[in-house]
Amino acid sequence: MIRRLHRGEPSYPPFLASIHDPPESLWIRGPAELELLSRPAVAVVGARACSSYGRSVARSLSRELALAGVVVVSGMARGVDGEAHRGSLEAGGLTVAVLGCGIDRDYPAAHGELARRICEHGLIVSEYEPGVEPAPWRFPARNRIIAGLSRAVVVVEARERSGALITVDFALEQGRDVLVVPGEITSALSAGSNALLRLGAAPALTVDDVLVAIGIVVERRAPPEPEGDGARLLAALRDAPATADELARATGLAAADVASLLVELELAGRVAAGDGVYRVTIAA
Amino acid sequence: MVARALTHALVGLDARRVEVEAHLQAGIPGFAIVGLADRACQEAKHRVRSGITSASLEWPNKRITVNLAPAALRKEGSGFDLSIALAVLAASGQVPAVRLWEHAVVGELALDGRVRPVGGTIALAEGARRNGFERVLCAAESAPEAGLAGVEAVPVRHLAEAVAYLRGEEAIDPAQPPELEESALETPDLADVRGQERGRRALELAAAGSHNLLLVGPPGTGKTMLARRLPGILPPLTRDEALEVTRIHSVAGVLPASRPLVTNPPFRAPHHGVSAAAVVGGGTVPRPGEASLAHRGVLLLDEMPEFPRNVLEALRQPLEEGFVAVSRVGGAAIFPARFALIGTMNMCPCGGRGDPAVECRCSAQRIVAYRERLSRALLDRFDLVVAMPRPRATELAAAPGEPSRAVRERVVAARRRLNEQPAGRTAAASELLDRAVERLPLSGRGRARVARVARTVAALAGSDAVESEHLAEALSYRSPRDLPEA
Repeated sequence: MIRRLHRGEPSYPPFLASIHDPPESLWIRGPAELELLSRPAVAVVGARACSSYGRSVARSLSRELALAGVVVVSGMARGVDGEAHRGSLEAGGLTVAVLGCGIDRDYPAAHGELARRICEHGLIVSEYEPGVEPAPWRFPARNRIIAGLSRAVVVVEARERSGALITVDFALEQGRDVLVVPGEITSALSAGSNALLRLGAAPALTVDDVLVAIGIVVERRAPPEPEGDGARLLAALRDAPATADELARATGLAAADVASLLVELELAGRVAAGDGVYRVTIAA
Repeated sequence: MVARALTHALVGLDARRVEVEAHLQAGIPGFAIVGLADRACQEAKHRVRSGITSASLEWPNKRITVNLAPAALRKEGSGFDLSIALAVLAASGQVPAVRLWEHAVVGELALDGRVRPVGGTIALAEGARRNGFERVLCAAESAPEAGLAGVEAVPVRHLAEAVAYLRGEEAIDPAQPPELEESALETPDLADVRGQERGRRALELAAAGSHNLLLVGPPGTGKTMLARRLPGILPPLTRDEALEVTRIHSVAGVLPASRPLVTNPPFRAPHHGVSAAAVVGGGTVPRPGEASLAHRGVLLLDEMPEFPRNVLEALRQPLEEGFVAVSRVGGAAIFPARFALIGTMNMCPCGGRGDPAVECRCSAQRIVAYRERLSRALLDRFDLVVAMPRPRATELAAAPGEPSRAVRERVVAARRRLNEQPAGRTAAASELLDRAVERLPLSGRGRARVARVARTVAALAGSDAVESEHLAEALSYRSPRDLPEA
């Protein structure tokens, strides 16, 4: 289902209309109400080639945001963007993808399935008409819409000169809050995002940091603490990310038990795995 | 004057009866072989003639025609030499024709008359037994192998010895077939693997449940080392299995003369430069490939994404059906190929990902391209996917691991349990699986795979039912999660 929304129509999101150069019209894919674009939204953006840490944080942060009823906006790129959409979908949340090409093009191609899932309840939008090819010079323009639709922008991981920093520039220009997830100071993947922190961006350490920034107060119950061996694993992971083998050695548990406990913790949203390394999510 | 000798030709693993007829007639001396004989078979003329003269026998100065019947069956190789020589000798009255016809004959001749072994002797001997021949005349080296087929294998080292035997001048004791005894472990032991608890556990599950295993991690984390130790924890081959494996290895010509009976589960690790025909079998006269040589054992594809796509896709038939069908104009051959597949791969093309000491510079597109060299259909065949990142702390200080022997005892017990009664799932386990399907990307096939692995986990734990912790462990090996995503 493809719609076109012109500037000036009542359902054109007022937040977006308030920016310096709002798009004249938006092409929209997905059956959801257009009112979705006007709801409180947070952009979660970052590196395409992100680390497993960035991947896990993007996903769990978006999941928590979705649970708090916030729309997650991102660019459907590989890496952090894709994880942001996935995290929101995982929590049954609504998510908006802004493309730098026609909305009928699944770009990147590997995200065709993701695009389909986003469209089930969320929306895919673009200022370009269907059929327009993706091109490098269209992405910065796309980023102004990402920032424009959002109350705040969270940068998860960005190299120096990352496209995510362009989104940040737009956000600052448009008066949106910018939050940054701190990264390892030794990692080039976080050089750009950590530099933002030095410039005074607010650190996003918990989902509450983000929610406070956009003025949403949510009463959330702390998830039940696991007991016994699960608690020991979680405690060990809170100190540092670890592989299953390292956990087995640290806790003295058998590999089989570690595997089984980790899956329970993962299903409870407390830990996430990437490239064989487990780490706690921000919900833990 | 016509004399006949009986031999066999291989079609795949099957031996077809071939009668060698030698006809001597007056005329200009000459020697012709007819009956769809290939090049190696045509060259038998020279070997046979040299062999006969070297054995101080007389080469009949006649017009000699040798016919290999049935003429429609393609004959290949040098295994007809001995039978052709003996048929010629019988036709010229130097060997009793009736006594020759009591034997099936197989063997290649050297120019000095020695008898050389040929591949597939056990299959040929089985063919002889099926055709009602109880004695097989063959090279001394391959006689124990022929004996495995349940025939009286008469070992001959030289054409002269064969002639003396057939004339009744010399008695030869039939060869004793080798016993089914486990050879001293020629596979490396799991005790050498320090640390790698998760990898070891996955290996044990793979052995117990016959699951295919994919190990993913940066170079040097012990993926190959672990994979090479799988044969050592597989249950030993039964006698029937050993014979079946021996037949394949014999036909492929890789059976060592010193060890005529394959008693350990075989291990094959073709290099990634291999062709599709070499992996699944092929050739004008079909020969078994690596997949069949790994039958009842382990096939390791090291650095799997480096294998040509057509090779990987060709493996889908054996992985699904447990055999390879090679169709040729001359007929189809079926080679059994039921093996445990172990694949290894890096987390990214440069190999740096998953290694804290190296910064991976692969772009997302390159990682995706690397992963996509393995089709989803192939990835779906792996029940167990295990990431093996490089540990930060050194693991070399860890104590030696459990030896293979101890692991194998558990594997054997678990297999018995799996065969006797498949365990049912408890309600809690089913509930966990439903929850996981909701939460994780798990296809219908993925769900079945998890359930299968969970049964193996339960069997290894000696449990009568699949409990939720068994299912949870099975979920931890589900395919897509441990593969690098882009």
